[in-house]
Amino acid sequence: MLQDDLQAVWLTLKLASVVTLLLLLIGTPLAWWLARTRSRARELVAALVAMPLVLPPTVIGFYLLLLMGPHGPVGQAMQALGLPLLPFTFPGVVIASVCYSLPFVVQPIQNAFEAIGERPAEVAATLRASPWDTFWHVMVPLARPGFLTGAILGFAHTIGEFGVVLMIGGNIPGVSRVVSVQIYDHVEAMEYAQAHWLAGGMVAFSLTVLLVLYTLNPSTRERR
Amino acid sequence: MSQLRARFSLYRPAFSLEIDLHLPGRGVTALFGPSGSGKTTCLRAIAGLERVPGGHVSLGEQVWQDDRHFTPPHQRALGMVFQEASLFAHLNARDNLLFGYRRTPAHERRFGEEEVVELLGIGGLLSRKPHQLSGGERQRVGIGRALLTSPQLLLMDEPLAALDLRRKQEILPYLEKVTTQLEIPVLYVSHAPDEVARLADHMVVLDQGRVLASGALNDVLGRVDVPAVFADDAGTVLSVTLTSHEDDALSRLSFAGGDIYVAQQPQPVGAQLRCRVHARDISLSLSAATDDSILNRVTAQIEALAPAPTPGHVLVRLNAGGAPLLARVTQRSARALNLAPGMTVFAQIKAVALLD
Repeated sequence: MLQDDLQAVWLTLKLASVVTLLLLLIGTPLAWWLARTRSRARELVAALVAMPLVLPPTVIGFYLLLLMGPHGPVGQAMQALGLPLLPFTFPGVVIASVCYSLPFVVQPIQNAFEAIGERPAEVAATLRASPWDTFWHVMVPLARPGFLTGAILGFAHTIGEFGVVLMIGGNIPGVSRVVSVQIYDHVEAMEYAQAHWLAGGMVAFSLTVLLVLYTLNPSTRERR
Repeated sequence: MSQLRARFSLYRPAFSLEIDLHLPGRGVTALFGPSGSGKTTCLRAIAGLERVPGGHVSLGEQVWQDDRHFTPPHQRALGMVFQEASLFAHLNARDNLLFGYRRTPAHERRFGEEEVVELLGIGGLLSRKPHQLSGGERQRVGIGRALLTSPQLLLMDEPLAALDLRRKQEILPYLEKVTTQLEIPVLYVSHAPDEVARLADHMVVLDQGRVLASGALNDVLGRVDVPAVFADDAGTVLSVTLTSHEDDALSRLSFAGGDIYVAQQPQPVGAQLRCRVHARDISLSLSAATDDSILNRVTAQIEALAPAPTPGHVLVRLNAGGAPLLARVTQRSARALNLAPGMTVFAQIKAVALLD
């Protein structure tokens, strides 16, 4: 049993790390675009990104399942390319988690970019920095608190998810049996002692993460 | 010495800009006007931060913008100082200072770090973060940062506007040093007549997006037809030489039109000073009355008269041995004295503001 628990913990950490990394890669340009664009599509994109904040995870999971399943467009494209279907695989769980945690990463980064305003980029341009140079050496360092918040929230939120994983990944050890699913199994089986170990661990973990977040963030207030 | 040429036409619902500037290849040109007159837009368009379609900008042989071509700001050899110093919050003063220097090709560098640090007196601040600096210190670092890109044109957008009077006094001498030592044109946006009088050699007056006057500082300041924008601050600038320290705690300042006595100044005899004489501080008399307490009186010829922006007053342009002076008198006095161009009068100067 302990072996199973450790496997679930390991899987959860692996999932959260991969998802956080992907979210930073996808979320940064998306946040930049949302912070900068004057396009009319902005509101629509912002609303789509924020959907996971209001929708039940089962709804997102359900539609992702249809999308990635053998009859969905994504599933059919995968099959046409000779690739395996995504549901009930680790990559499938990763994709679903990325969708589900997207706003938790995009919004803090977007807010950070917006708070910086136009001026630093203009100053950098008069100091001979190209737009790309400016992005890496001015905007990203200035938005650091936003990246930190986004990464921590994305990681923590992925660790805590349940519904989406269950819908897309099922309950397969090493593939989709993450800690939250494992706790559910323990409770179902009336193994309260083991459920306590994992659940208590989650509580301690969440508290630590939020403490770290709140202690790191005041530094953003003093720098102006 | 590269001349700056900038031409823009911009029409927006609440704002239009229609300018064509030719600026000398060195010296400070003040772009003066009330807020909303288009000064900052003009500066931003020259920098390339604002793209005005159909505009033209060139510096000497380099064309930065014309119909076919637009050089992005980071490829223009210009330095810009903003209203708030806008230092990068994540870098300390030294890294801010060197931000542009590191991005300037070595063969284009004309200033070194030490030189600029010394010029601006910021040696002790280099390891501090921007939030640990005062407003004046931040602005000095901002000026140094712009200089270290070795610009061929320096643009300053009201660099003192965000500072209180004491900080202004602290930073003005540095600005003066920078602008007099540079061999490049400086375009200085301001709505403060005192700063303009102190720093500028040339002046462009903007109002509602149009150029009202443009030329050498005193030619513009001495015009009787533009002072509406100066309102109560109309007046000219005299370049004087300190010729003696008197034993009754006065110093004598001499210029082509005569001598002026002011309270004892700290500078040595022979020093070149600038002083500002407000039109409101000059009264006119037809005879050299010696029975009043006014100390400073010079003979001058009336060149022109025009209604002053203040009701019931006229502005009189005078020529005092080649130096322009403006006097503001009431319409009633002008009538009573029959003031007219060509007349010789005595200009009684009630107050003189030294600018150094």
